Amino acid sequence: MAKKDRDALAIPERRKFFGAVAAGAVGAVAISTPDIARAQEGQKPAKKPAAAPPNAATAEHEAGTPPQEKEPVTVGKAGSDYMVDCFKSMNIDYVALMPGSSFRALHESVINYGENKKPELIACLHEEIAVSMAHGYAKVAGKPMLNFVHSVVGLQHASMSIYNAWADRVPLFICVGNGLDAMQRAPNVEWAHSAQDNAAIVRDFSKWDDQPISLGHFTESAARAYTLATTPPFGPTLLVVDEGLGEEPVGDKPPPIAPVNRTSPPGADPNAIDAFAKMLVGAKNPVLIAGRLVRTEKGMQTLVELAETLGCAVVDQGTRMNFPSMHPLNMTWNARRLIPEADVVLGLEVVDLYGAVHGFADRIERRYTPRLKPGTKLISIDSLPLLIRPNFQDFQRYQPVDMEIVADGETALPQLLEAVKKAMPKGSANVSARADKIKKEVAQTNKRNLAAAANGWDASPISTARFCAEIWGQIKGDDKWGLVTPHQLQSHWQIKLWNMTKPWHHIGDNGGYGVGYQPGAAMGAAIAHRDAGRFAIAIFGDGDLMCNPGALWTAAHHKLPILMIVHNNRAYHQEVMHIQRMADRHARGIDRAHIGTEIANPNIDFAKLAQSMGVWAEGPISDPSKLGPALSRALAQVRKGEPALLDVVSQPR
Amino acid sequence: MPRATISKFLLAAIIPAAAATLAMSAPAQAADADHGKTLFMKDGCFECHGTVGQGGAAGPALAPKTPTAEGIAKYIRNPRGAMPPYVQSVVSDADIADIQAYLSSVPKPKKPEDIPLLSGK
Repeated sequence: MAKKDRDALAIPERRKFFGAVAAGAVGAVAISTPDIARAQEGQKPAKKPAAAPPNAATAEHEAGTPPQEKEPVTVGKAGSDYMVDCFKSMNIDYVALMPGSSFRALHESVINYGENKKPELIACLHEEIAVSMAHGYAKVAGKPMLNFVHSVVGLQHASMSIYNAWADRVPLFICVGNGLDAMQRAPNVEWAHSAQDNAAIVRDFSKWDDQPISLGHFTESAARAYTLATTPPFGPTLLVVDEGLGEEPVGDKPPPIAPVNRTSPPGADPNAIDAFAKMLVGAKNPVLIAGRLVRTEKGMQTLVELAETLGCAVVDQGTRMNFPSMHPLNMTWNARRLIPEADVVLGLEVVDLYGAVHGFADRIERRYTPRLKPGTKLISIDSLPLLIRPNFQDFQRYQPVDMEIVADGETALPQLLEAVKKAMPKGSANVSARADKIKKEVAQTNKRNLAAAANGWDASPISTARFCAEIWGQIKGDDKWGLVTPHQLQSHWQIKLWNMTKPWHHIGDNGGYGVGYQPGAAMGAAIAHRDAGRFAIAIFGDGDLMCNPGALWTAAHHKLPILMIVHNNRAYHQEVMHIQRMADRHARGIDRAHIGTEIANPNIDFAKLAQSMGVWAEGPISDPSKLGPALSRALAQVRKGEPALLDVVSQPR
Repeated sequence: MPRATISKFLLAAIIPAAAATLAMSAPAQAADADHGKTLFMKDGCFECHGTVGQGGAAGPALAPKTPTAEGIAKYIRNPRGAMPPYVQSVVSDADIADIQAYLSSVPKPKKPEDIPLLSGK
């Protein structure tokens, strides 16, 4: 720490600086309270019982009498204003937050000094919601939203959402308040809400953090944090912002604002790309598995062109919207048959490559079964080795590969496509024959999917296939929508029945599988969709929604165009199945499997819950024939720019 | 989910389906489809296979192509993959016969081409 900075943190000097700058505004500088005088003399301030009667000075103050000793009472441009200037230079559109005293100056500067524009404040009722909003927003908007998070307890609230974003490799830029200077803390709460190292709470699952102690330090670290967060592989970054730094005046010569570095994502080694191209072109049955790969339309187009050039099957794992759902080479639903027949398998940003090429059985002795036949070449392009931490195990089981290119997958795709085109013999009969065979199989699979969707069509509780088909029936003529929740818990019917052709048509899953992600992420994604002239569609699990129902209020407060369906199976259904499995394994029957897993007795009325927060809502709907008309009414609200929710009493999966 | 809740929440909604038990095959008629329906819920079969055996990502469809009672018994006593085991003391062979009767009683679904939302019409 530089001497100048150390001096700035010492109370007497800090107070002098504060007063000197304020003097111009109020014409009075002198500071000499008894406690400050004690501090200047190296003594502890006198203890003041929390419940003691007011002293003469306090009594005068409370009675409206001006203080006897002249203190500065206003400040001109504050450090927090300067920080807002830094954020504006980054072209950040929003800051999502739950209010907290440790960043009160920043909050005030955003709404007044910054005129609540770029960034505009998004009000949230929980830090977990605020950070999940940033997660969902970044996946649709392609850039970070800012978060302000209260010191210590707010960051602990936010930590699960930060973990999800980390595991999903999504850029977050979070400013966490803190009270660095112990001599400046108010008694009691501010001590409990201050930390020597706030960022340590989440350092195991964030990309970088810093705790700047001057404005010059702040602007450089803010630029570095933004640059690192938005350079693939993406990740959360944090700045721990001292309250004093934000509340003190800027001074006459604020440091120049450091610009964000625009970085180029890491590409692939051309020689390795050529080797991959030769393997793919020479293969009899190549298969592409796409994981956390595509983030742009160009990326999706390139993957389509690569698959069509090779005439090969693509398995889209659903972690991103990589490949058009109805493309004739989309063999996602045939992966179990496909993988064992492949002779070259290319993983593209596949996080769990081991799981992709092994079967797994949850038995007393858990076991994996290899799916690759002997001799199959397994190759991978991924950026995981560039950003990995040892503690939390989201990096999945180690999978040996024949060759791995460490690079950003989407950046490497055009390189691979060009290399494949060069290596591909013209008019290859093998390619077109292979593609024709795949197309026939895909057509049969789609037909089977439709027949499966028809099974249980009129059942009540309503089948997940039915409500997904009902939604599709109302949006299929409109391209301007995006699914902003995962699809695994609805038996993937969204992907099986909806013709998704753009990366924004689906947000992918949540990375860390932390329950409670969906409401916040959906609202954040809805903001990005709204700004792009689209609306959002969310299908919430009832359990997930109940972790963070306060997000509904944010949707109403900020008028977000989002259609929300509650997949209300009245249980933490995944956990029901786990308890059922244990009870069956112990030969005890499952009569009690509902204890601790059901969300019934009483049933939650989600429509009333939403209405209580100002959201248009209907339900519970358990008659499938009534769902279509209700969806029409809900979508009319959404197309007007308002949120709407339907509580659909549904089958478990 | 407790039995009482299942009765209210799920079973009541499936009564129309149960009415079709009259159309059961001769061996299934010996079993009790209504009881089978209760067991299908109580024993948690619906959690993965759906309340009318329609299937989903967690478990395959069991209707309208319903395995024989013997086939079901053979499988659930010593299942493979994700299926949990059901021993005789939890689901007896008689229970299985009733469950099979219930699944056999579920009306055949419409063809997708007869459902406008699935036919694309």
